[in-house]
Amino acid sequence: MSDLTKLSAVELSSELNKGSVSAVEVTKAHLDRIDSLDKSVQSFLHVDKTGAIKQAEEVDKNRKENKKVSSLAGVPLALKDVLTQQGVPTTCGSKILEGWIPPYDSTVVKRLKSAGIVILGKTNMDEFAMGSSTENSAYFPTKNPWDLTKIPGGSSGGSSAAVSAFFAPLAIGTDTGGSIRQPAAVTGIVGAKPSYGGVSRFGLVAFASSLDQAGPFARTVLDCAMLHEVMAGHDPLDSTSINQPVPDVVSAAKLQDVKGMKIGIIKELGGDGWQTGVLNRFNESVELLKSMGAQVKEISIPHSLYALATYYLIAPSEASSNLARFDGMRYGLRVDDGNLSAEEVMNKTREKGFGKEVKRRIMIGTYALSSGYYDAYYAQAQKVRALIAQDLTNAFKEVDVLISPTSPTTAWGLGERVNNPMAMYLADLATLPPSLAGIPAMSVPIGLADEDKLPVGLQIVAPFMNDDRMYRVGGAIEASLKTKWNGLLIDQAPALGGAK
Amino acid sequence: MSRITREEVANLARLARLDLAESELDEYAQQLEIILESVAKVGEVSTKDVKPMSHATGLVNIFREDVTKESLKREEILRSAPASEDDRFRVPRILDEE
Repeated sequence: MSDLTKLSAVELSSELNKGSVSAVEVTKAHLDRIDSLDKSVQSFLHVDKTGAIKQAEEVDKNRKENKKVSSLAGVPLALKDVLTQQGVPTTCGSKILEGWIPPYDSTVVKRLKSAGIVILGKTNMDEFAMGSSTENSAYFPTKNPWDLTKIPGGSSGGSSAAVSAFFAPLAIGTDTGGSIRQPAAVTGIVGAKPSYGGVSRFGLVAFASSLDQAGPFARTVLDCAMLHEVMAGHDPLDSTSINQPVPDVVSAAKLQDVKGMKIGIIKELGGDGWQTGVLNRFNESVELLKSMGAQVKEISIPHSLYALATYYLIAPSEASSNLARFDGMRYGLRVDDGNLSAEEVMNKTREKGFGKEVKRRIMIGTYALSSGYYDAYYAQAQKVRALIAQDLTNAFKEVDVLISPTSPTTAWGLGERVNNPMAMYLADLATLPPSLAGIPAMSVPIGLADEDKLPVGLQIVAPFMNDDRMYRVGGAIEASLKTKWNGLLIDQAPALGGAK
Repeated sequence: MSRITREEVANLARLARLDLAESELDEYAQQLEIILESVAKVGEVSTKDVKPMSHATGLVNIFREDVTKESLKREEILRSAPASEDDRFRVPRILDEE
C-alpha cells in the first residue's frame, strides 16, 4: 500500500470499504506522521491518540460485523479547537480556557462521530478565532507547510496546516470573516464556508454569533463536499439553524461542467494594492472558466468597499458581548488571591487570560455599543450590512455565482503584521462581503504566485442555501487544473523535514 | 473624530472588565484610534430608510416544546470549575461585609 497519508478521503474510503486497509492502520499512519513532523508545523494543540485509535477500532469492528457504515467511516480528521468534544480539552487558543474539559459534544462533533470519522485532535487557531495568521494563539504560532517562515492563514490556521501537511485528509474550521477561506487559499487547499445556518453552531464557542459558521477543509473539492454533507443539516439545538434539505454539494462537486453558467467577477475586489501574482492567477482562472463554456462578466458590488469597516464594528461588538461569559466564575482561569472581590477577580482574570487582539476587539466592541456612539457605529454598520447583502442579492439576479481572489496576497512572513492590526485585517477584504450577507463561499487553489511561488486561491460565492453552485464551479476548475498540472496543487508543495 | 485618550481607554477597559496595565493604555489608545478612524468610514454611506440587518436567515422566534430532558451531569460540569463546594460553584465575595 502506498503512503496512506497521501490519499484523499475518497480514496481512503474506497480502500477501507474494500477491506484492503483498516481504520486503525489509517489512523496510525496519520498519527505517526504528526508525531514525526508536527514539531516543525505546530498545527495541533492537542493530539488525542487514545481516543482516535478507539474510534478507529470501533469503525473496524462495525465493518467486520457488516454493520452499515457511512462512506467516510474510518477517515481521519483534524478539529479546530473552538468546537467542543466531550472529554477532550477545548481552549479556543486562549489561556482563559486552559484546562477546560467540555462536558458535551458540539453538534458538528456528534455528526462526525456518528459518521465514523476519526478525530485525531484539536488544531491551533487565533485566540477565539480573532486573526488571520494563527499568530494570535496564546500557545504558539503555526507555520505554513509550504514555507515554514510564513503564516498558514487564520484563524483556522492549524486546520489548514494539518491538511496541507498531510496530517489529515480532512479538517474542520470556522469562518466568521474568512477564517476558513483565507487559510485554505494560502496553504493551497480547499475550504468552504457554508450558508449561515447551514451547519449547527451548537458547541461552537461563539465569537460573533451572527457570522460564525463551521465548515470543511480538504485537499480536493469532492472530499470537501463529502465532509460538508456530513456536517450540515438542521439542528433544533441552534435556533439559527436552517430547516431545509442540505444542498446536494456532492453531486455538484462531481459534475465538472460549467457550460452555460453565468459567472460574475466582483469588480471592487482586485486592482491596486493586490499582489500581482494573485491577480495573474485569478485572470487565468477567468480565462479557464470562459474556455469551459461559462459566461463571465464583471459585476459591481458597490458597498463591498465598506465591508471591512462594517465587519470590524459588528464582529467586535458581538464579541464584546459573547466574551463577557469568561468571568472566571464557572470554568477556565480564575485569578484570585483569596482577598479579592468578585469584580476584582473578573478584571484580573480577563486581563491575564485574554491576549492582546482579543482585548483590542472587546474594547472596540464596547466602544461601538456604548451610549453616544451606538448609532454612529454599531447601528450604522448594521444598515450598511443590509446594503452589502442587497448588492449581492441584486448581483445574483444576473449571475449564478460570483468570483474574486480569496485574499489580496499570498502567505506573508511570520511576525510581519503582528504589530499592525489594520494590515492584518486587510487580509479579509474579499472574504468579508459574503460573510456579512450570510451566503456560502469557498476557496479553491488556482496556482502559485510568480513572485514567491506560494499558493493563490479563487473565491467562489453562491446565493443563500445554494452551496452546491460553488462546488460545481470549484470541481470544474480543479478537474481542469489537475489535467494541466498532472496532479493537485498541493502535490507541488515541498516535502516536510526532508521526508517524502 | 475625537482622539482616543488614555482616559477613554481606561474607561472602556473598566466597562469591559479588563484590568489593563498602565503600560497598555498608551499602546491601545494609539491602536484603537487607528482602527476606529478606519471603521468610521461606515458613516459615509447614506442609510436613510435602510432597515438594520442583525443576521442573515430572517428567522424570528424559533420555539420548541418545553419538555423535561436530562441535563448535563453536575460532577462533570464542576470538574472544570475554578472552585466548587457542596455541589456548587464557589465564587469570591460579592457583598461587602458590614
